[in-house]
Amino acid sequence: MGYQVSREAADRVFEQLGQDYDVFAPKVFAGEGCFSDTDVIRYGKVNTLDEIEWERRSDYSFKEVLLAVNETLFYFTENETTVPSCGEKKILIFLKSCDLHALKKLDTIYLENGPEDFYYKRLREKASFVLMGCSETCENGFCASMGTNRSEDYDLYLRLSGETVSIDCKDPDLQAYFEKEDGKACDVTPGYVTENAEKVTLPKNLSVDSFAKPIWEEYGSRCIGCGRCNFVCPTCTCFTMQDILYRDNENVGERRRVWASCQVDGYTEIAGGVDFRKTQGERMRFKVMHKIYDFEKRFGYPMCVGCGRCDTVCPEYISYASLIDKLAKEEA
Amino acid sequence: MKNEYIPFPSQVKEIIQHTDIEYTFRMSFSGDVKPGQFFEVSIPKYGEAPISVSGIGKDTIDLTIRKVGKVTNKIFGHYEGNTLLIRGPYGNGFDVEKFKGREVVVIAGGTGLSPVKGIVDYFARHPEDAVQTTLIAGFRSPGDILFKEDFKDWEKTIKVIKTVDSAPEGYDGLIGMVTKYIPDLPLTDIPNTVFITVGPPVMIKFTIMEILKRNVPEENIWISHERKMCCGLGKCGHCKMDGTYICLDGPVFNYAEGKDLID
Ligand SMILES: Cc1cc2nc3c(=O)[nH]c(=O)nc-3n(C[C@H](O)[C@H](O)[C@H](O)COP(=O)(O)OP(=O)(O)OC[C@H]3O[C@@H](n4cnc5c(N)ncnc54)[C@H](O)[C@@H]3O)c2cc1C
Ligand code: SF4
Ligand code: SF4
Ligand code: FES
Repeated sequence: MGYQVSREAADRVFEQLGQDYDVFAPKVFAGEGCFSDTDVIRYGKVNTLDEIEWERRSDYSFKEVLLAVNETLFYFTENETTVPSCGEKKILIFLKSCDLHALKKLDTIYLENGPEDFYYKRLREKASFVLMGCSETCENGFCASMGTNRSEDYDLYLRLSGETVSIDCKDPDLQAYFEKEDGKACDVTPGYVTENAEKVTLPKNLSVDSFAKPIWEEYGSRCIGCGRCNFVCPTCTCFTMQDILYRDNENVGERRRVWASCQVDGYTEIAGGVDFRKTQGERMRFKVMHKIYDFEKRFGYPMCVGCGRCDTVCPEYISYASLIDKLAKEEA
Repeated sequence: MKNEYIPFPSQVKEIIQHTDIEYTFRMSFSGDVKPGQFFEVSIPKYGEAPISVSGIGKDTIDLTIRKVGKVTNKIFGHYEGNTLLIRGPYGNGFDVEKFKGREVVVIAGGTGLSPVKGIVDYFARHPEDAVQTTLIAGFRSPGDILFKEDFKDWEKTIKVIKTVDSAPEGYDGLIGMVTKYIPDLPLTDIPNTVFITVGPPVMIKFTIMEILKRNVPEENIWISHERKMCCGLGKCGHCKMDGTYICLDGPVFNYAEGKDLID
């Protein structure tokens, strides 16, 4: 059941929420983009609805709220380890439908594949999700092809239109904040796109035999192994362990995990210089097959949500979307 | 909720020196462990390294470590009485039950002997549990031979072929790659023989070629994969091959399944 409140009321609710929740949403960081004079849209804490970028897709996904780029797992002192605390406040994350689908893939790895991850779980348990609808397709996105253009799994849906704010709330805790305001009951359904400029067909007959295809080298040979496609991807979850020693006190240090990329040198390298995937072609194949083949084989649904961020960010203009579409065409 | 990333202290009970760069650290540990499983060994401020269990005692586990880099170098600075931080055990390990009542052939190269040593120990102590047990262990040179004392024990109850790739003149042991001994292995009942082979990737490849030439069914061969691992928990992604996480589903695989895993 949805309702409408005035913008003023919504602002009041938001202020209230801020006392109990840390709110994360896409924000514009002017002049911080990859190229000079470009902006970057990434997640940050917000205090008002005005700070949120509602329309454009963020360059980086929401995943960094739950999985920090580099996260301290514990501090070492002489003989002890201390786990950093993660704050008292609950978390509210604004995101679009594709990213809400990506959340399920993060949960799959961090909560279901092997033992539950302590650090992910303690944040995940106190996180609620606010869906922002899409009025038109973003650049490079192909959510409609992936079936991720709609989602019902939100705790709250929120739409601003002039002086009114339409909401649909499924979470009783959040509902309580809105009930304090005079609302007008009405049907609210999230906006979503039904078609993207980018249309992709998924190949249906991939197998280990597909590993030998020339297409990997064809696309991979242009790749410079920068890893940006992995860092922007809302479903990429790999990390590398890193120990840090404090220079001013040798007895103290910390262990961190930092985001890792399967496209970057060193990802598979073990002592003695053995590297299991040396060429960018092999690495491209590994990434793409994971996104659309082997994750699904293991868990029952594909990994990629079609957000298109990897295509937008690639400095070599390599299109992952066209790669998978071409794989499908080769099958036909 | 348990935080799997936090290592626990384990005391170094004894150190057995095999070569200049390979020592066995006998560590305090109580709990279930299987041969072929591994622990993440931590040196705070330097990092972690996955290390196989090379022996299982009453309240101890053996970790046989080769000094090759940042973390393993630091581990060698630890002495009897010191503690190391460890977490684990991880991985599936070998199930000795599956090998009982059969002809067992273990083929290991270098430190690859560590993950299978528990199996060799078992059948050397209980030779009657297998129709026949053979160990083929290969090392680069006589100076690289590991577990010298254990070999003396094993030779008493099971068949042992200890070979080196090359040796200075006057060496009176066997010389040649492990693959050299496979064609002539006296096997009485091939369908009932199991092969367990662990070592560097190239060695495994040629060893399996030789084993298959003897018409051994693929399902009778067991291997262990070594891959880069940062967590042991199915999270960091580095160990994944196709849809398989080596740290969770392996490192031990039946060759019939393991052969299709491509990096
Ligand atoms: C399941 C398994 C069992 C193993 N068992 C043993 C054993 O019983 N005895 C033994 O001596 N060695 C074993 N290894 C190899 C051992 O883990 C590496 O030699 C060790 O990690 C090297 O670390 P380093 O910091 O000393 O070397 P560096 O070269 O300084 O390491 C650099 C980085 O590479 C990583 N790395 C290097 N080699 C490996 C590797 N093989 N596997 C995973 N990560 C690696 C390290 O984590 C580190 O981040 C095993 C590896 C695996 C995966
Ligand atoms: S692979 Fe590309 S399109 Fe798919 S979810 Fe990741 S960033 Fe988005
Ligand atoms: S962003 Fe492009 S160049 Fe960089 S690793 Fe990904 S595919 Fe390669
Ligand atoms: S070692 Fe991290 S996923 Fe296997």
